[in-house]
Amino acid sequence: MNPIIRLENIHYRNKDRMILSVPQLSIEQGEILGIMGPNGAGKSTLLKTLSCLQAPSAGRIFYHHNALPTKNIPLEQRRKWAVVLQQTLIFDTTVFHNVAAGLKIRHVPRKEIKEKVEFWLEKFGIAHLAKKNAHQLSGGEAQRVNLARALILDPEVLYLDEPFSALDFPTKVKLLKDFKSIIKDTDMTTIFVSHDLTEVKFMTDRLAILMNGEIVQIGSTLDVVTNPNAYSAPFMNEMQLPIEE
Amino acid sequence: MELLIEGMKKAIEMLLSGDPEIFQITWLTLRVSLTAVLISTLVGIPIGILLGLTRFPGRRLLLIIINIGMGLPPVVAGLWITMLLWRSGPLGDFSLLYSPFAIVLAQILVSLPIIIGLTCSAFQQIDEKMLLQIRALGATKLQSVTLLLREAKIAILAAIIAGFGRVIAEVGAAMMVGGNIRGETRILTTSIVMEVSKGNFDVALALSFLLMSLAFIITFLLTNLQQRNKIQ
Repeated sequence: MNPIIRLENIHYRNKDRMILSVPQLSIEQGEILGIMGPNGAGKSTLLKTLSCLQAPSAGRIFYHHNALPTKNIPLEQRRKWAVVLQQTLIFDTTVFHNVAAGLKIRHVPRKEIKEKVEFWLEKFGIAHLAKKNAHQLSGGEAQRVNLARALILDPEVLYLDEPFSALDFPTKVKLLKDFKSIIKDTDMTTIFVSHDLTEVKFMTDRLAILMNGEIVQIGSTLDVVTNPNAYSAPFMNEMQLPIEE
Repeated sequence: MELLIEGMKKAIEMLLSGDPEIFQITWLTLRVSLTAVLISTLVGIPIGILLGLTRFPGRRLLLIIINIGMGLPPVVAGLWITMLLWRSGPLGDFSLLYSPFAIVLAQILVSLPIIIGLTCSAFQQIDEKMLLQIRALGATKLQSVTLLLREAKIAILAAIIAGFGRVIAEVGAAMMVGGNIRGETRILTTSIVMEVSKGNFDVALALSFLLMSLAFIITFLLTNLQQRNKIQ
């Protein structure tokens, strides 16, 4: 076992309320870990804590066995990761410049930026939109820009917070297929927060169920979905029950 | 109506005659106004960003003072600058009263709160998640501010346009601290007031055309800059 990230006794409190409590969590190199749970379970907080965008109230985060400072992590460390947040946040400029944003921040030479952006725009099927203002894109197109902007950085770890939630079903299916093949090609460690069981079953190797800020079950996605324990069963049943009038 | 038509005719004649005094007044107006706006922009935008993005004790009080400053009557600004530069005032030894410098100071005093206040609002309106996304991209603090400035470009330029509008239209403070001295501190607005008081409506009209043209050209350029790169 070679964990790339390990959490130890992580707690996050908002005033007196416990939002997150994770005694231990290890994420293996190259795995795709899904995180599911009901609204308000602490999924986004866990993702922000893992990606050091939010400092925990207590606990330690290890990256390749080295403890990270939980506040103000060094830029070199941050630049090894990429985060796609729940809301599609794109800059008021062209698709090309949006996708290039992270590379420009890293002072990558212009020629290399052009080559990489063209490659990723092609890969996500949005090359024809390169010169279009990103604020004029459809939800699906904007989300592709968001994902391309993260993947172009060739991150060691990719953090995704419900990146497909705003998409209609056909767009989602197409994007999920494209995205999974890209992730598998690159062997990127991915942490994927979602509330959609179909997405999670399709995308992830391992699944953690979060309830009231605590991981109540973690295991292979197939195991957790087919054999939920007493704590996660009510949530999993809810996810799989057909809605009847 | 006759007065207006006659005045307009004389105004056009006067403008075409190429009177050097008129060009001197126009040039001084442009110099003084642009200097004041430039300084207000360079000082006001960083302060506005700081107030928009950070939280500290006393911030709200500071914002209240700035918002009051946005409506500061120019004569009050003029009075303060006069007292500051008066012979017995704190900066009296420098003999700066009744100089273009004094007009620039008064104009900064009226335009700075506008630029600070509107920049602060622009930055406060930026989605907090956008800040998080920029951090997640690995940006330094300076890179974050640059990216946010680009996002808030339209609002920032609107702040500069509003500041320029206040400065170019300003008369009370300029009259008080500049003294409307011929060849030295006479600018378009103070000249118009003087010519109207003398009953020279044709000259006042000619000067008002020049003032409006200046305002139009500068605002046109700033608006073009504001709307540039808005790809359809």
